[in-house]
Amino acid sequence: MALLEVEDLHVEFRTRDGVARVLNGVSYHVDAGETLAVLGESGSGKSVTAQAVMGILDSPPAFVTKGAVRFHDEDLLTMAAEARRETRASGIAMVFQDALSALNPVFTVGFQIEEQLRVRRGMSRADARKRAIELLDLVKIPHAAQRVREYPHQFSGGMRQRAMIAMSLALDPEVLIADEPTTALDVTVQAQIMDLLAEIQRDRKMGMILITHDLGVVAEVADRIAVMYAGRIVEQADAVTLFRSPGHPYTEALMASMPRLDQKGTELNTIKGLPPNLMRIPSGCPFHPRCARVQDVCRVDVPRQHNLGLGHSSACHFAEEVVGG
Amino acid sequence: MAEAILEVRDLVKHFPVTRGVLFKSTVGQVRAVDGVSFDLLKGETLGVVGESGCGKSTLAQVLMRLEPPTSGAALFEGEDMFKMRGPALRRLRRNIQIVLQDPYTSLNPRMTVGDIIGEPFEIHPEVAPKGSRAQKVRELLDVVGLNPEHINRYPHQFSGGQRQRIGIARALALRPKVIVCDEPVSALDVSIQAQVMNLLGDLQTEFGLSYVFIAHDLSVVRHLSDRVAVMYLGKMVEIGTEEQIYEHPTHPYTQALLSAVPVPDPTMRGRRDVIRLTGDVPSPLNPPSGCRFRTRCWKAQDICATEVPALEVRVADHPSACHFAEERAVV
Repeated sequence: MALLEVEDLHVEFRTRDGVARVLNGVSYHVDAGETLAVLGESGSGKSVTAQAVMGILDSPPAFVTKGAVRFHDEDLLTMAAEARRETRASGIAMVFQDALSALNPVFTVGFQIEEQLRVRRGMSRADARKRAIELLDLVKIPHAAQRVREYPHQFSGGMRQRAMIAMSLALDPEVLIADEPTTALDVTVQAQIMDLLAEIQRDRKMGMILITHDLGVVAEVADRIAVMYAGRIVEQADAVTLFRSPGHPYTEALMASMPRLDQKGTELNTIKGLPPNLMRIPSGCPFHPRCARVQDVCRVDVPRQHNLGLGHSSACHFAEEVVGG
Repeated sequence: MAEAILEVRDLVKHFPVTRGVLFKSTVGQVRAVDGVSFDLLKGETLGVVGESGCGKSTLAQVLMRLEPPTSGAALFEGEDMFKMRGPALRRLRRNIQIVLQDPYTSLNPRMTVGDIIGEPFEIHPEVAPKGSRAQKVRELLDVVGLNPEHINRYPHQFSGGQRQRIGIARALALRPKVIVCDEPVSALDVSIQAQVMNLLGDLQTEFGLSYVFIAHDLSVVRHLSDRVAVMYLGKMVEIGTEEQIYEHPTHPYTQALLSAVPVPDPTMRGRRDVIRLTGDVPSPLNPPSGCRFRTRCWKAQDICATEVPALEVRVADHPSACHFAEERAVV
């Protein structure tokens, strides 16, 4: 039994201009002590999946039309509202991309950490303050006892992201969802934050879902990787397998289109065209208009998940050939 | 060796920090660019890398003459561009163009693509006489890989990557010799980023352009650049060919920067030389004395606090601004 499991999740955005089918049957799971990276470009649905898990989708326009989100085998989507809040508050936490807009500017950093401890754990102000300082210490914020009294704008970008990580850890979550936690940061600070997250994840044996578009970050920390495209998981595998023998043409093309630090490239391979408009997802395989290996069947039939062994699966009609090279 | 088209000498740009509304007084200087010198050769790409606040975008603005420099000179084809007036300045403006980072805010939403790309011809009618403008714009759209029939569309009808192509077409309109690219691909998704990078490479070959390519992504810079300059807090800390900087870096900051970039290969995990800097970049309002990197540097000695290290060749074969420069391969 997985710690957190998303099964066949469908989400649509009902807007004035029409219905955008943002998630079209997303399934993944994460176990305790494991890092699952969800890789995808803008609009692939990686953040919407996380928001559905956290129950923070804006509805309307977003509606979950099908599927389940199971935490310890209990479906969060069918639970009573109060029980669901309780479960999520203490079990699953999230770190957002933009710490400056995720933190409340009119309260001190300390207050925002303490608030959860006082509401959920019934701690006194003094105890909560003590715990908040410990947490800031844990995420390596220097002079935590002083900084706990400061406001978010007094923190630098990296420090804010650390404060948000401290806040997410306050209730000892079993699953941490990190949504592009380092995208807004400079590369030297990004490295610090990724190291910190990996260390915390290891020490606490948390399950971590890391949402990112950065293949480099994925390669450095993920145990398993799920690649998303147009609201579907197109490929899943452990990190080494995925990078060594990708089983979906999209993954393959994505890797070939990335400039590398360790070699001077010539022409980059590109993926022609654009990601699909989610209001008009192409028939058959949603990737077929951009795919270099497209055949007639791809335009008609939606590919099922092909099992390639050892937890490697790919939603491509020709998955076996793609893996073979 | 090709000759230099742009020679930048000891360029300084300070922004005053003022207090008060009626009786303004200057209380400090943000030293955004503080004594930068380099040459841009004909037909080459000079990559400029650094983290936020290092002054790379200010450098672009000064080179575009959008901001006057505090001091220093920049010779364009041998003439100081900051002293140019009148017709000479007009010619300069034709010759140096810019591609901006954000394709969503750098295009006027109320203008059609044709008007956006054709606008430079209003100011420089000698490039395209009135009757031929629409034809010229169609050619430019074709050159950057857009459908010439879309000349009457508005920016919102295009995706991010297509908009960046529009920005590139606009920069090309006046047939410039130098294009300053200020983070041209950082707002784009990986698959689109590759398309735009290839386009920039093709255009350079076709038109013999020189690029100043500013970016924070070291992989992108390596891919496109012939030479690379690394900036930190308004100073250039190391400059060399792409191979010198990436394979034989000698400045500790360059080494740390390269080491921090994740490599997309899980089998390399734990096998790379890891240098982790502590802390953040100090404020350019009050940069550290001596070497500006010393507060985060693991090699710092007393001399680093008192003496500013000059950008000169100490070891290897390219200049590096570190008292204790030594080669260390990190990639």
